[in-house]
Amino acid sequence: MAELTKNKSKKRWNFKELLKVPEFITFMGFLVLCLAMILFTDRFLSSTNLINVARQISINAIIAVGMTFVILTSGIDLSVGAVMAFSGTVMAAAMANWGWNPFFAVLIGLALGMLIGLVNGSLVSFAKMPPIIVTLAMMEIPRGLALLYTGGYPLSGLPASFSFLGRGYLFNVIPIPVVVMLIVYIIAYILLNHLPLGRYIYAIGGNEEAVRLSGIKVKKYKIIAYVVSGFTAAISSIILTSRLMSGQPNAGVGFELDAIAAVVLGGTDIAGGRGSIIGTLIGALIMGVLNNGLNLIGVSPYVQRVFKGLIIIVAIYFSSKKKNS
Amino acid sequence: MEKILEIKNITKRFPGVLALNDVSFDIHRGEVHILIGENGAGKSTLMKILSGVYQPDEGKIILNSEAVSFKNPKEAQEAGVSIIHQEFSLIPYLNAVENIFLGREMKKKNGLLDKKKMKVKAQDLLDMLGVEINLERPVQRLSVAEQQFIEIAKAVAVNDRILILDEPTATLTKREVKILFQLIQNLKNKGVTMIYISHHLEEAFEIGDRLTCLRDGTWINTRPVKELTQDEIIRMMVGRSIDNIYPKRTTKLGDEELLQVRNLKQVDSDFKIDFSVKKGEVLGIAGLVGSGRTELVRALIGADQTDSKEIYISGEKVETKSPEQALKAGIGLIPENRKSQGLVLDMSVKNNISLASLSKVLNSFLFLDKLKEKNSVTRLIDDLNIKTPHMYQEVKNLSGGNQQKVVLAKWLRTDCKVLIFDEPTRGIDVGAKVEIYKLMNELVGSGLSIIMVSSELPEILGMSDRILVMHQGRIAAELMNCDQVTQEKIMFYATGGANNGRVN
Ligand SMILES: Nc1ncnc2c1ncn2[C@@H]1O[C@H](COP(=O)(O)OP(=O)(O)OP(=O)(O)O)[C@@H](O)[C@H]1O
Ligand SMILES: [Mg+2]
Repeated sequence: MAELTKNKSKKRWNFKELLKVPEFITFMGFLVLCLAMILFTDRFLSSTNLINVARQISINAIIAVGMTFVILTSGIDLSVGAVMAFSGTVMAAAMANWGWNPFFAVLIGLALGMLIGLVNGSLVSFAKMPPIIVTLAMMEIPRGLALLYTGGYPLSGLPASFSFLGRGYLFNVIPIPVVVMLIVYIIAYILLNHLPLGRYIYAIGGNEEAVRLSGIKVKKYKIIAYVVSGFTAAISSIILTSRLMSGQPNAGVGFELDAIAAVVLGGTDIAGGRGSIIGTLIGALIMGVLNNGLNLIGVSPYVQRVFKGLIIIVAIYFSSKKKNS
Repeated sequence: MEKILEIKNITKRFPGVLALNDVSFDIHRGEVHILIGENGAGKSTLMKILSGVYQPDEGKIILNSEAVSFKNPKEAQEAGVSIIHQEFSLIPYLNAVENIFLGREMKKKNGLLDKKKMKVKAQDLLDMLGVEINLERPVQRLSVAEQQFIEIAKAVAVNDRILILDEPTATLTKREVKILFQLIQNLKNKGVTMIYISHHLEEAFEIGDRLTCLRDGTWINTRPVKELTQDEIIRMMVGRSIDNIYPKRTTKLGDEELLQVRNLKQVDSDFKIDFSVKKGEVLGIAGLVGSGRTELVRALIGADQTDSKEIYISGEKVETKSPEQALKAGIGLIPENRKSQGLVLDMSVKNNISLASLSKVLNSFLFLDKLKEKNSVTRLIDDLNIKTPHMYQEVKNLSGGNQQKVVLAKWLRTDCKVLIFDEPTRGIDVGAKVEIYKLMNELVGSGLSIIMVSSELPEILGMSDRILVMHQGRIAAELMNCDQVTQEKIMFYATGGANNGRVN
């Protein structure tokens, strides 16, 4: 948490205290992981590979931003993968079938992501339905619509200029998705740490009733969290659609799990109320490096899944241990 | 006198806090030992050490002439030490029987639960304690007092040697306290040793044999209660004497009605409630637990739904359909249960205090001005004398009384014209109580109005200009506070004494 880091800077740094900062443990884990990759593979450190990893990470990392918002309010958003499919196909259809300018296509993609977030958030806040059920249902509806429209086939024929977002580079080195990711993280950091919004989101996850009695519009802020989640999923969907240069109704399957994994790996409490956006970034980095490294070593994708599961269990073990101490 | 428990040179540190500093004293077999001290003095910490929740950094505990060290509450229980915590630990959805036998369920030979036997056993226990409780209901639907009794039953079901009660009467009404004391007497007659923490000093005289005082983590004195006076106890606690617990107000009441409540009808109620509060007035609301006081103030600020209500501030109609609208209209409620309604326990003292008033610390870009926030929080921590190593401490690490002060601080930062205090001094030490009363006086002096719901009649009588007594969801009496108004008179109306007694 931002508070924690600040509070630490007042005291002398001591290792035992540092161990209590969730981001620290995660960051150490990340360093160890990188070290292992450097030792076990010779290609990990090459600049092409690093750039590649960064680009691969960006999609999950961006989704994980919205997921962090939602989980902090003690909710969950399982619909992000479906949002990607839906936004992506509509965007692609807008450009390929309806002849829209890419700029407007991107806008409609973002708007649809936010709309689904709005629906999720409203059902959770006003209808008081459990987030896991609402967003489980919302995993189906947008994807179903996307499949319905496309008949299950990818939509291609997108204008060449659109490929810049997924395939382009800034100064010829930094992939555009990485730039977008950094911007999203900076904005999210400011939202969570320098605006009342962030304070309320943490507080709602900690004790919703106390926040409500404090005269704060709890419903509004919960809805905002889901809207942010839909928005970041849509941003990822733009990048993905642009990389593939097609709208894929099957895009994003299982992405919600990767995003949730990044969030909890980053030290955010799955029950809400505590965590940090920086932690989430580190969590996403770990997931990405792990994927990449295991690929480089030649571990089969099936084994990789087992690995991923184990890592998540270890992460949650540490975060729950910290809570009980 | 035989020593059952010896506390020897116990020291306990938390990051930035020396909670206990070389504390030593003895507990005698069969006595009721009163433990007192200001908020944050270390009482709960010491009891948690005795009951295995914490381990001491230094020092030892000698139980029946044998050095012991409990790694967890279970070990302590097995050795004969049980604790009833300041905060309850019952499972809300389970009934009394299930709670009493939680973790120690009785089984039949075939491995299934022996519900009949447990029920009989539970009934026996409660009979022994001399209380009557519905055994079928989930405990969340029982009164606070009944829950308390179940806690005690649960503790004595395990052992009957040493029982620690951490502020058991904080949430009880006078009548329930009487039953509790009877229960304590019964246990004492059975030879149970008890350690009893309370901020109600008069209770020490009623049930205590000896008394120990802690201040800032150090042991001050242990004396037989008979040799002490209330003033002496206060002096031990705060290091000075307090002449007047209820400070005098000098402000004169105006005529302007700041808040008017008309036709307030709660969802399950048959009555409409009307009342008003003058500018600069302290309106006390008395009544038994369950008489609808908390429900009334919650309905007033829109925390719960109502069938109808009209609220006027200075004669102007305002909407209070939600706490947020109420805050906008200038009405704030400081809720009775700090843990579940007042605080975000995982957040820092600073973030809790500024939660309801973040709009006041924004810079021109609508970002949080953290320096401004820190300054105002620091001022409040000083004003209310909140004991915390720094403002980034998580609220859950504060002592109970200091947590209560954090809730108060949060509301003091808002621009409310009417502040509703629901049990404002629950769990607060005498010194701090006086500070809070002074603060209330300052608030009404500056033109605010205060509604104070309280189960403590001395507090109601000491602080209110006017008193509403509630009985079964309606206002049974309205009394101008003067010498003729006594605790007995309030109790008379609170127990339904006069059916339509609007008296002035
Ligand atoms: N887990 C903890 N972590 C850090 N500090 C703690 C912790 N528990 C207690 N403290 C600190 O230790 C001191 C003693 O607290 P304790 O709860 O024992 O006080 P108390 O005498 O029971 O007060 P009250 O009357 O308000 O209940 C306080 O300053 C409190 O903030
Ligand atoms: Mg205490």
